[in-house]
Amino acid sequence: MLRSIMGKTFRLLGYTLQYGCIAHCAFEYVGGVVMCSGPSMEPTIQNCDIVFAENLSRHFYAIQRGDVIIAKSPSDPKSNICKRVIGLEGDKVFTHGPSGYLKSHSYVPRGHVWLEGDNLKNSTDSRYYGPIPYGLIRGRICLKIWPLNDFGFLRDRPNGHRFPDE
Amino acid sequence: MMPPQGFGRRYMKAFLKGFFVAVPVTVTFLDQVACVARVEGASMQPSLNPGGSQSSDVVLLNHWKVRNYEVQRGDIVSLISPKNPEQKIIKRVIALEGDIIKTIGHKNRYVKVPRGHMWVEGDHHGHSFDSNAFGPVSLGLLHAHATHILWPPERWQRLESILPPERAPVQMEEK
Repeated sequence: MLRSIMGKTFRLLGYTLQYGCIAHCAFEYVGGVVMCSGPSMEPTIQNCDIVFAENLSRHFYAIQRGDVIIAKSPSDPKSNICKRVIGLEGDKVFTHGPSGYLKSHSYVPRGHVWLEGDNLKNSTDSRYYGPIPYGLIRGRICLKIWPLNDFGFLRDRPNGHRFPDE
Repeated sequence: MMPPQGFGRRYMKAFLKGFFVAVPVTVTFLDQVACVARVEGASMQPSLNPGGSQSSDVVLLNHWKVRNYEVQRGDIVSLISPKNPEQKIIKRVIALEGDIIKTIGHKNRYVKVPRGHMWVEGDHHGHSFDSNAFGPVSLGLLHAHATHILWPPERWQRLESILPPERAPVQMEEK
């Protein structure tokens, strides 16, 4: 009796460990479902949308300009931010704000990316804290799942003019 | 009598089952708990690699200790290089957020470490590519805490958390 209970407990523990580890590998290397909150990516991603993020492009260093990514916040590693990649290393980017009359630009340093929200008026992004290291990127958002009527791939960038002419 | 086909299938099944247990468990352990790594370069002399290019130490990297991004001044940590994301670097934490640090060869003489950042330096000043070159680094790049030297065997030891007195921050953040 006791033996069977012990056996069951150990089997349950083993399965928990096994599936926990499989889940970790999936979330770390393949991707997962994330809920986005906050207004900074409107209109591409509204508040409380559910999206699918894949981590493979980060591992293969295939992040490109225009991709929407999830990254660790540079000032608080426990929280995540969701922004669009505007410039990769070596690119020339405009650093002035949305309403800035003062035109200024700078170059993104090696190993860094320049992020901006699609909602330029209400977004804390690289215009505020500068370029962020590539190592902070967690994954790339590729699919919107919820709300269902908007299911599908993400819309293109609404602020095309913000891209530097090369 | 067992038909050979059935035996092969059973063998395959057992192998797959073991495979799907062993691989995720190993990967998760290496990612979340601890792993070992070889230290290259002279930037942490004399704490690591004291023999120069002939010897290279193998260290134990503890991931579990930094799961909440908690580090102390003086700890030896490994982090993703901010200049090259494919590379990991190993440095000593000199200052945490809010500290004011006197720099060596940085563009500003004194730097206040911003929120969520830390200041890291190699022990071998002048031969180390550290915060004096790239500025304070975000805590999100933290990879692991180096706790022990495992190899070569005669150098087996615990890595103590020592803040060099001459590199102590000018002003520490009060907790």
